[in-house]
Amino acid sequence: MTSLSREDVAHVAKLARLALSDEDLERYTDQLRAVLDHARDLEAFDFESTAPTAHPFAAAAYLREDVVVEGLDRDEVLNQAPAVEDDRFCVPQIIGDAP
Amino acid sequence: MTTAIELADSVRRGETTATTLTEGSLAAIAAGNGALNAFLHVDVDGALSAAARVDRAVANGEDPGPLAGVPIALKDNLCTRGVPTTAASRILEGWRPPYTATVVDRLLGAGAIPVGKTNLDEFAMGSSTENSAFGPTRNPHDHARVPGGSSGGSAAAVASGMVPIGLGSDTGGSIRQPAALCGVVGVKPTYGMVSRYGLIAFASSLDQIGPLTRSVADAAVCLEVIAGHDPRDSTSLQEPAPSLVASLHDGVEGRTVALVRELLDGAAPDVEAAVNASAAVLRDAGATVIEISIPELRLGLSAYYLIAPAEASSNLARYDGVRYGLRVDADDLTMMNVATRTKGFGDEVKRRIMLGTYALSAGYYDAYYGRAQRVRTLLSRAFAGAYGRADLLVGATAPTTAFELGAKTTDPMAMYLSDVYTIPSNLSGDPAITVPFGSGADGLPLGVQLLGPARSERLVFAAAQVLEEGAPR
Amino acid sequence: MTILDGYEMVVGLEVHTELKTVTKLFCGCANAFGSAPNTNVCPVCLGLPGSLPVLNRGAVELAMAIGTALGCSILPSSFHRKNYFYPDMPKDYQISQYDEPINVGGTLELPDGSTVRIERAHLEEDTGKTTHVGASGRIHGAERSLVDYNRAGVPLVEIVSAPDITSAAQARAYAAELRSILVATGASDGRMEEGSMRVDANVSVRRVGDATLGTRCEIKNLNSLRSLQRAVDHEAERQSELVAAGGRVVQETRHWDEVAGTTVTMRSKEEAYDYRYFPEPDLLPLVPEDPWRDRVAAELPALPAARRTTLLALLGEPTPSQRDQVLSVVELGIDAMVTSAVSSGVDPARALSRVANEVAALNGAETLGVDDVVTVLSMEQAGELSATHAKAVLADLVEHGGDPRELAKRRGFEQLDASSLDATIDEVVASFPDEWTRYCQGDDKLAQFFVGHVMKQTKGQADGKAVIAGLASRRSR
Ligand SMILES: [Mg+2]
Ligand SMILES: [Zn+2]
Repeated sequence: MTSLSREDVAHVAKLARLALSDEDLERYTDQLRAVLDHARDLEAFDFESTAPTAHPFAAAAYLREDVVVEGLDRDEVLNQAPAVEDDRFCVPQIIGDAP
Repeated sequence: MTTAIELADSVRRGETTATTLTEGSLAAIAAGNGALNAFLHVDVDGALSAAARVDRAVANGEDPGPLAGVPIALKDNLCTRGVPTTAASRILEGWRPPYTATVVDRLLGAGAIPVGKTNLDEFAMGSSTENSAFGPTRNPHDHARVPGGSSGGSAAAVASGMVPIGLGSDTGGSIRQPAALCGVVGVKPTYGMVSRYGLIAFASSLDQIGPLTRSVADAAVCLEVIAGHDPRDSTSLQEPAPSLVASLHDGVEGRTVALVRELLDGAAPDVEAAVNASAAVLRDAGATVIEISIPELRLGLSAYYLIAPAEASSNLARYDGVRYGLRVDADDLTMMNVATRTKGFGDEVKRRIMLGTYALSAGYYDAYYGRAQRVRTLLSRAFAGAYGRADLLVGATAPTTAFELGAKTTDPMAMYLSDVYTIPSNLSGDPAITVPFGSGADGLPLGVQLLGPARSERLVFAAAQVLEEGAPR
Repeated sequence: MTILDGYEMVVGLEVHTELKTVTKLFCGCANAFGSAPNTNVCPVCLGLPGSLPVLNRGAVELAMAIGTALGCSILPSSFHRKNYFYPDMPKDYQISQYDEPINVGGTLELPDGSTVRIERAHLEEDTGKTTHVGASGRIHGAERSLVDYNRAGVPLVEIVSAPDITSAAQARAYAAELRSILVATGASDGRMEEGSMRVDANVSVRRVGDATLGTRCEIKNLNSLRSLQRAVDHEAERQSELVAAGGRVVQETRHWDEVAGTTVTMRSKEEAYDYRYFPEPDLLPLVPEDPWRDRVAAELPALPAARRTTLLALLGEPTPSQRDQVLSVVELGIDAMVTSAVSSGVDPARALSRVANEVAALNGAETLGVDDVVTVLSMEQAGELSATHAKAVLADLVEHGGDPRELAKRRGFEQLDASSLDATIDEVVASFPDEWTRYCQGDDKLAQFFVGHVMKQTKGQADGKAVIAGLASRRSR
């Protein structure tokens, strides 16, 4: 584990779509570094022989039958939206294509 | 104070009405909420019409259910159709969900009366309810102190007598720690026992909904109502709710209870004394008490503060200003997303989103997230080993009694340490309960924590009942 | 427009196919194309706070059918989250299979005998649909965009080939064969124009004989088999010219511009996303039990390769053009018309030729009922319809539907059933005894004389071939 840099924090803020002021960046870097430094205690253990746990009780998947269930009323859904046009959710111009 | 079970019985017998109880609860909230800020929203109309339905059922000779007429507080991260649901975040301010959480539907089906939505740390991230965008909740026992968190609003609402039952969610101790700090019972059920459908996710593999109550028996009744498989939650256990009330008085005779050193490490002397006293109560009730050490528990905190933020960073991506909640306008989509999230999320939420994003990002996954997931395996194995020697584990719920507002807000790591005893059960998925057990040197309430293996709720509740009966008055 | 001499291309294809389930992958909303915007939505596919995914058994079964058809191993699998922000994705992550896909390692044999290995075929969810509003109607220069989530959460299977494809024509053949298989299994309707099957091509070039692979580019927006073939050809040419001129290929995503016939840069590798994949905590591992796998395998219908073999066997010794026709009717999914017609007594060569030429040329041929086509071909075989009339009835069927005999009657074709044709021939033969004698003695040219008279009598509605056949059979009696 390496030490967290300001650039790292700036990078994750960008990935997470958050804007940070210089002052924020300073503060968050210190705070996150403290948490990650604490996490160094994880280095002490031998992990090679241990499988990761993604879920506490990994039984087999619960499957749903392929049958229609009534959904939501469109007006109730669109009433909650910040901007709507032609029964669709409206967003400002998109710069860049979908991945 | 009267328990929920007694209230429901008197409603069913016609000695009082749901409307009377609901009006009483609404009056208590109106009188006390200004000082406590336990409720973010009080649903007067919804509560009174639910109460009227229960009263009609009683009048028609129907059984309105085991929680007939019992006012209930819902943590405001539980979706309620048409009723504001904010997760204590500006980003969801004004949102009225078009659907209702499974647990709320089940409570309504059992005759309970949801009276309102309670305060929490934003998106349940915190241990003091100070991270709410709508102001902190105060501890009913001392208004200068925190109620704990993140389910601080429900804990304060129950402790102050506004409602007999509150629902909370527990991701790393968010039911148990505030319950302990407010002097009420708090339960984190086995992962999957209660449906998460309609619970605004913090960390999906750790979140569980559970009750906060004034008695162990009330918690048992409430859990019976909300537990059981839900086809809308794939992670809910494919089995019916356990029957807890029937075995509540089974006692602990012949059981082995282990005092766990790591669940006392760093605890204040009064907390440690309470835990030891609780062990004596269990011994007096016929249990064998042993002392053990589970060194792996020490890794829980670090693993938790990687796994929970990682899942949260993904769960909270959807708050982007497109479909619901806050939007801060900007010239293009990305700028709109950034402006919305920057304004809508508070400090702690941003901190955890960034921490989690980092733990998952290219080049760091194995060192952080991957490693934490392996610790999770180690921890579960260690618990399994302990349960080979003991039926139940006992320890502290929180290191201290309620601390003062502002005491830990500038030092996230210090705040995180208040969850050190509760986190391991979330990582393993096993159940745990906190029971009020006397008070600390400062006169504030203390809680003792009981832990059991997966699906051992019957045993855990029976032991909790013993502790409740043997607790100092 | 082709790769330079001395270079070879290495191509792998990623095909996304929408599954023809009743509902979406993780919720009970209808999986329907063309509904009014935002009407097939619920808390789950809108990504509302608190909603949770529940996996659709039907989607899993179709994915297993695809895997079985491609000879993949069907394994225990799991879902991951692929994290990136985009407004057509309600949760701002896509639930997709990552390191443990349901189908692993298969092979696709193409009609020319070449094989392409399949690396994986995994389940994932589709995104919503974004419409760009403003001057251009395209994403660039749009003032704003509108999102419809009806498609969000529709089940997809992504089929990833190994980089085994070595020509643009082979890339096209692979996609065509895969589409036929997807349609055959009932997993997909294979409509590229509607976006229910979408193809991305990974293209690289290298000098012939080089062992190492060149830098690849991924080409998106290939909306037809023709676009796929053109785009791969163009991209291989572009890369080979670049390398030959001493340049270097930059790894990037490129967009196929159908009108200009070129690929253009979409996104370079530096802009590549950090998807932060991690196991989806809301879903448990998917473990298809053996009996389920066995049932899916047992219920798998005949696949295109087997159907081609069947047709070729019917023809006995097919000509090269018949081989092409077999390929085409199977690719179009209308080969059952041929086999059914043959088993109803229609001559195989005639059945194949009618279906491959006449039926295939009709717009909407695949919507024709097999039984109706067989009826028309049988009527023609029996001489009840002329070739021209048969075509007209088929066209009527596509356009209006209905019963083929009714349609023939309505057009006035009905009097020429086999018995009335026989009666007319008998009448004409009786009217010209001298000519009949000469014909019987071997003067074949007189056949046209009789045909002419039969045609006159039937007002041109008789089938000439049927008349000649009728004359020949009388002569040999
Ligand atoms: Mg994909
Ligand atoms: Zn849906």
